[in-house]
Amino acid sequence: MNISDPSETFRQEARELLDQLEAGLLDLEQDPSNNDLINSTFRALHTIKGSGAMFGFTAVAEFVHEFETAFDRVRKGQSAANKALIGVALDAKDHIHLLIENPDAPIDGGASILSELRVIVEEGAIDEDGEPVHAAPVAVAAPVAPVVAEAPKPAENGAKVWRLTFYLPSDALIYGTNPELLLGELAGIGPTSVLALSDRVPTLDVIDPETSYLGWQVDITTSEDPTAAIDDVFLFLRDNMELTLAPLGGADTPVAVAEAVQAASDDAMPEAPFVPEPVAKVEEAPAAKAAAPKRKPAEKAEAEKPAATSLRVPAERLDELMDRVGELVIAQARLSQIATQSSDGALKTIAEELERLSSGLRDTTMGIRMVPIGSIFSRFRRLVHDLSNDLGKPIEFITTGEETELDKTMIERLADPLVHLIRNSVDHGLESAEKRIAAGKSPTGTVRLSAVYSGAEVAISVIDDGAGLNHDRIRAKAEENGLIAPDAKLTDQELNHLIFAPGFSTANEVTALSGRGVGMDVVKRTIDGLRGTIDVSTTPGKGSVFTLRLPLTLAIIDGMLVRVGNGRYTIPLAAVEECVELPEGIEANSKGRNFLDIRGALVPYLRLREVFGLKGEADAHQKVVIVSSGEGRVGLVVDQIIGNNQAVIKQLSKLHSGIKSFSGATILGDGEVALILDTAHLVASGQSYVDRNLGRAA
Amino acid sequence: MTKTILTIDDSASIRQMVSMTLTAAGLDVIEAVNGQDGYDKATTNTVHAVITDLNMPVLNGIEFIRKYRQHPSSKGIPIILLTTESDEELKRQAKEAGATGWIVKPFKQDQLLAVIKKVTGA
Repeated sequence: MNISDPSETFRQEARELLDQLEAGLLDLEQDPSNNDLINSTFRALHTIKGSGAMFGFTAVAEFVHEFETAFDRVRKGQSAANKALIGVALDAKDHIHLLIENPDAPIDGGASILSELRVIVEEGAIDEDGEPVHAAPVAVAAPVAPVVAEAPKPAENGAKVWRLTFYLPSDALIYGTNPELLLGELAGIGPTSVLALSDRVPTLDVIDPETSYLGWQVDITTSEDPTAAIDDVFLFLRDNMELTLAPLGGADTPVAVAEAVQAASDDAMPEAPFVPEPVAKVEEAPAAKAAAPKRKPAEKAEAEKPAATSLRVPAERLDELMDRVGELVIAQARLSQIATQSSDGALKTIAEELERLSSGLRDTTMGIRMVPIGSIFSRFRRLVHDLSNDLGKPIEFITTGEETELDKTMIERLADPLVHLIRNSVDHGLESAEKRIAAGKSPTGTVRLSAVYSGAEVAISVIDDGAGLNHDRIRAKAEENGLIAPDAKLTDQELNHLIFAPGFSTANEVTALSGRGVGMDVVKRTIDGLRGTIDVSTTPGKGSVFTLRLPLTLAIIDGMLVRVGNGRYTIPLAAVEECVELPEGIEANSKGRNFLDIRGALVPYLRLREVFGLKGEADAHQKVVIVSSGEGRVGLVVDQIIGNNQAVIKQLSKLHSGIKSFSGATILGDGEVALILDTAHLVASGQSYVDRNLGRAA
Repeated sequence: MTKTILTIDDSASIRQMVSMTLTAAGLDVIEAVNGQDGYDKATTNTVHAVITDLNMPVLNGIEFIRKYRQHPSSKGIPIILLTTESDEELKRQAKEAGATGWIVKPFKQDQLLAVIKKVTGA
C-alpha cells in the first residue's frame, strides 16, 4: 500500500466502517430501540460521508448523505428500525461498498435502494409515543431555504468609510483568540485606522490579566459593502460578542451584523428533499446525544477500533518478521546450548540475557499477528441473517468470545470452514418453524458461535438447538457410499465422524445453499492443515455442537523433546497430558495387548521405536508420554524425555508430504533436526488399535 | 519558530489529510486518535493550536475541549472543531466549552490553512 495516498487510506477506513455499520445494523435488528446502536451506526455513516466528500468520492458522499438523511429519522425516533428497514439498509451498505471499490464505474441500483428506503422510512413512521403512524404521511415539501438576513446595502458611490466597533467575549484570550490577528485581517479589507477603547478596563486591583476588556473602534475604507468580509473575520466569535458596523456619515442607524451567510455556508450538502424537517423543529436532543455516545459493551465494533486505526503494515512483512524471529530463536537456542556446556561465566550471562530478550521478542512478534476473532464473527451475522430470510427460518444468532485473539493467518483460513459449519447448522441442523413447534420447541432456532481460550488452544464452537445428527441416516449413507461395511459396529462418536469422511454427502440434503461443492471433509482437511481438530457431539432432538480446537499460532509451538533410539522428536506440548514410566514386564500382565492402566482408565500405547521401525536396543527404563486429541488418548513410548523446547516449525518438503506421523520439523539448539510428531494422527491410530483389540465392549 | 498543531480525529484518512496539508505548509503536526489521546498529547507537548473532530470514541470532541480547558497549558491555545455537523447546537456547546473556531467538513486544503492562519497567524 502506498502510505501517501489518502484515498487508499480512506478506502481501507471505509471498509472498516462499513463492517461496523453492518454489525450495527444487525445488532439493531435484535434491539431496535437501542439508542447507542443507532448513534454508532449513524456515526459510521457520517464519517464515511465526511471523508468520502474530502477524497473525491462524490458518488459515495451523495449516496451516503441520502442514506443518512433517511436514517436520521430513525435517530430522531420518528421512524422505527424495523426488519424491512434493516434489510434495505444492508443493501445500501453493499451498494456503498461497490461505490468505494469502483469509484469510476457507473453503478446502478442506488436510486432504487434509496427510493425503497424512503418508502420504508415513511411506512415505519412513529409518533412521539412510539406508536406507528399510518394515516398521516408526511407531506413532501421543498427544502426550506435558509432565511438570510439581508444587510442593507449602501449606495455604491466609490470608497466609503465604515466604522466598526467591537468588544470580544471576556474569555476570548483564554480560548485562543488573538485580537492582533483579527485586526490584521480587518486591515486586509481596506485601509484601516484603529482605536483601542479602554472604557471597560477596570482598576488594577480587580483586573484579571487573562480577561479581554478592551474594545476596538476600526474605521475601514472600502468601496464594497464590508458586511460579509467582517462577518468572515469574526466567524468564530460573532454569536457572543458585541459588534456594530455603520457607514460613517451615511446611514444613521448602526447595523448589527446578523447571522448572515451562516446557514448557507455551513450546509454544503443540500437537504434531501424526501425527508422534510418537521415544520416546527421539536427535537434537538438527539443531536446532543450523538455527540456524547456512551461506550456500551454492545458496541463491539467500536471496541476494536483503536487497534484498527493505529498502524497498517502489509501482512507479508509480519510473516517475514516472524520468520526472522524464528531464525533468531534457533540461533539463540544454539548459543544457550554452547553456554551451558561452557565454563565461561560471561558467556553464560550473555546467553541468558539473549534468551530472555529473544523470548520477549518472540511473544511481541506473535502478539502483533494476533487479531480478535470478532472480525470474522461479524461476517457470519450477515450470513445468518441472509440464510434466515432465504430459508424462512427465524434464527437467533448469538456470538460470544469476539475478543479471543488468534493468529491473523489462522483467522483468514478459518473463515471458510466456519461459513460451512454455520450454513450446515442453519440449513440441516435447525428444523423449520412448524417442525420446531411440533417438537415443543420455540419456533426461533438458535445458532451460537463461541470462542474461548483453552490452554494454548482456542476452542471455537458452532452450536445449534436443532434436531441433531440423524445416526440412522448417516449409517445408511455411509453404507451406500461404501464408507463402512453393512454390519460394521460403530460408536455414536464414530458415526458422527463419518460426516467428515471424503465422499460422504447426503443427496437429499443438497439445497441451493449447501450444494456448493464444499463438504465436511474439506472443513476437516482445512482444520487439520491448521494443526487443529474438529469434533462433533449431538443430542437427538436437542441439537449439535461442532467444536474446532486450534493452536494460537502456526509459527512456533511449545514442544516436549524426546529421544527414541538415536533420533530426537518434538511432541506438541499442548497435546501432552502427562508422562509416566512404562512398568516393567507390562507385556506379560496385559496379555500381549498394549494397554496401560492410568488411574483406572485403559489407555492404548504405541512403541514409537516400532512405529518408526528403529533398530537397536531400547533403554532399560522406558517412558510413556500420554497425549490426547479431541478423539481420545494414546501413550507414546519413548527412550528418554529430554525436556521442553521452543520449536519453530519448518514444513516438510513436498517429497515427504505423504508421511503421516509427522507434521513438520524443527531445528534444535545444536543444529540437529527433530521431527514434530503429528499427535492427532498417532491418537487416531492408537484408537483404531483399541477397536481392533477390545471390540465394542470398550 | 515552527508552530506545532495537534490534530485529533478517529478517522485516519482525515488525520492524514490534515497532517499532510499542514506539514506541507511548514507546520509540525502531532496526531491523536481520540479525545483522551488528544488530551494526553496536548498536555505533554508544546502545541500552538488544536484541531479536533467532534464525534469520537472514548472522549468526544466536546468532552475533550472541556477537559483540556481545565488544564492551565490550554490558555490562549486556539481549538478548532473539525466536523461535519452543521448543527448550531453542537457548535454552541463546543464554544461554551472553550472552542475557538470550527471548520465544516468537507473542506479544501486551503480552507484548512486559512483557518489555521486565522487563529495562529502562521
